[in-house]
Amino acid sequence: MSNSQPLNPYIQLESPAHRLDSRIKLSLVFVYILTINLIPHAVWVVFPILFSVNLSLAVVSGIGIKKLLKRSLWVLPFVIAVFPLLFSIRGNTWFEITLLGFSFTASWEGLERLLSIVLKAWFSIQAAIILVSTTKFEGILKGLRWMKIPKLLVAVIGLMWRYLFVLVAEAKRLLVARSSRSSDLPDFHSGGSMIWRAQVTGYMAGNLLLRSIERSDRVYMAMLSRGYDGEVRMDNDRVLSRKEIHILLIGILICVCLFVLSLYFGGAF
Amino acid sequence: MLLSPLPMHIPDGFLSVVVSVFFWLISIGGIGFALRKVNQVIGEREVPLMGVLAAAIFAGQMLNFTVTGGTSGHLMGAALATIIVGPWAAILVMTSVVSIQALVFQDGGLLVLGANIFNMGILGVVLSAMVMQFIRKIFQNRKKYLLGGSFIAGWLSIFIASLAAGLELAISGTSPVQIAVPAMAGIHALIGIGEGLITLGAVLFLYINRPDLVTHPNEAKNANSGIVVAGVILTVLLAVLSPLASSHPDGLEWVAETAAFLNFAKESTYQIIPDYLLPGLHNEAVATIFAGLIGAVIVFGVIFVMMNQRKKQLPQRETDFE
Repeated sequence: MSNSQPLNPYIQLESPAHRLDSRIKLSLVFVYILTINLIPHAVWVVFPILFSVNLSLAVVSGIGIKKLLKRSLWVLPFVIAVFPLLFSIRGNTWFEITLLGFSFTASWEGLERLLSIVLKAWFSIQAAIILVSTTKFEGILKGLRWMKIPKLLVAVIGLMWRYLFVLVAEAKRLLVARSSRSSDLPDFHSGGSMIWRAQVTGYMAGNLLLRSIERSDRVYMAMLSRGYDGEVRMDNDRVLSRKEIHILLIGILICVCLFVLSLYFGGAF
Repeated sequence: MLLSPLPMHIPDGFLSVVVSVFFWLISIGGIGFALRKVNQVIGEREVPLMGVLAAAIFAGQMLNFTVTGGTSGHLMGAALATIIVGPWAAILVMTSVVSIQALVFQDGGLLVLGANIFNMGILGVVLSAMVMQFIRKIFQNRKKYLLGGSFIAGWLSIFIASLAAGLELAISGTSPVQIAVPAMAGIHALIGIGEGLITLGAVLFLYINRPDLVTHPNEAKNANSGIVVAGVILTVLLAVLSPLASSHPDGLEWVAETAAFLNFAKESTYQIIPDYLLPGLHNEAVATIFAGLIGAVIVFGVIFVMMNQRKKQLPQRETDFE
């Protein structure tokens, strides 16, 4: 599994992007991704601008362009889902191929749509990567509360995060235990049928759940002994300063400008 | 970082804004309803239980078994969560899992999070609860009910959720419906078997070791005719609608066009400049690309200069820090 990769994507650094209040950051990233997705297909002018905004943000936040590109690459497998568009959208013919007696016509319009969707997905994921690389999870929780997500849900998400690493470690131990039980010889395949393998994995999942439920009992006891009475309480957050509100407004304004620009070049007016 | 390799977490950019917003509204409604129910029936003890269980389901998605030739079976967990904590708490658990996958691990997008929560959280849980209710009526024997129910609930939650995801992609115009729906359904009919078997194994394990966790299971909380009706409607709608849609793509195209009509920007540009094509084809296109590149260079330059300015200021900034 992803043993080599640290689970938490946060990168501890000192940069303007790290310093910006997480509530502002979360809102701006949402607005930015919304803008990317609102931009009409095939308005190529806007795409290099979006790309350079992302790259600039990668530089400003200290993540670095290389890391951003590497992390965002895994949107690629999803290209398969969009690929049929190349042939299903009718338009000016690009090329034709014959496979198994069927002939497929690829159109330029299909290629445009395909590229637009993949690029938008790629840019959106880059924005999200910049958010999580510069924001601690506590900050994201603060942002969620600020967006008026119900307290109970934020509390569950917060607790989930707190125990995530513990349980991922448990799951990894279960996987290590299984692979050390099932050694394979070169000519001899160990283990049983598919059903048997599934059952073993099911037992592992049951084991993991049982451990988690027992852990939650202990967590509950610990919470009780610290005065938990069923009410979820959160710290009151600092009021946003005027400057921070201005940053938020300017960010939204830039997104609106990008959208209007894309409409203009897309020929909407 | 593919922690949950289910090909069901839709990334941003793959659903149109109209579809995304629509599913946000549905999911917000569903989560709000679940929150109200949880507040009514569930004690203070369940708050840590839901949190830790969500973490366990996230981690449980790493457990896999080889099926054959490089493919492997995985767990999504909606059915399992439903069997252990009942549908309302399970909706919150699955919402938390899907949200953290999107917020932190980019497993699924942020704008499309509403749709992903609907597919894997709400739909998966409602269907599992419905199956468990039905099976309980059929088998009087507790063990048979639990085991049969967990397999079918696991399979159905995956299968129907994949139909929903396929339809969402098709309505957004991201994937042609004749391909998206059968492909998603075909793959997930198989993946669902893995889900069903793992769910069955996990429930069997719990039944042997801690029968109280799965047999007392909040049957009073589960007993809800509303969820059965909702489950039946959703199943029928998706199971009947999607084959229909994929054999008559015109109908869905009509829906897509209606949606695109609201999303005026998308289609209008398509029709106004139909020959607005790829770079290198028209001088016009080359010119606009250049315009874009110049814009890009300016943005990049301005931020770079600002950055350098900041670096110079940084030592002083620390002294006048509030």
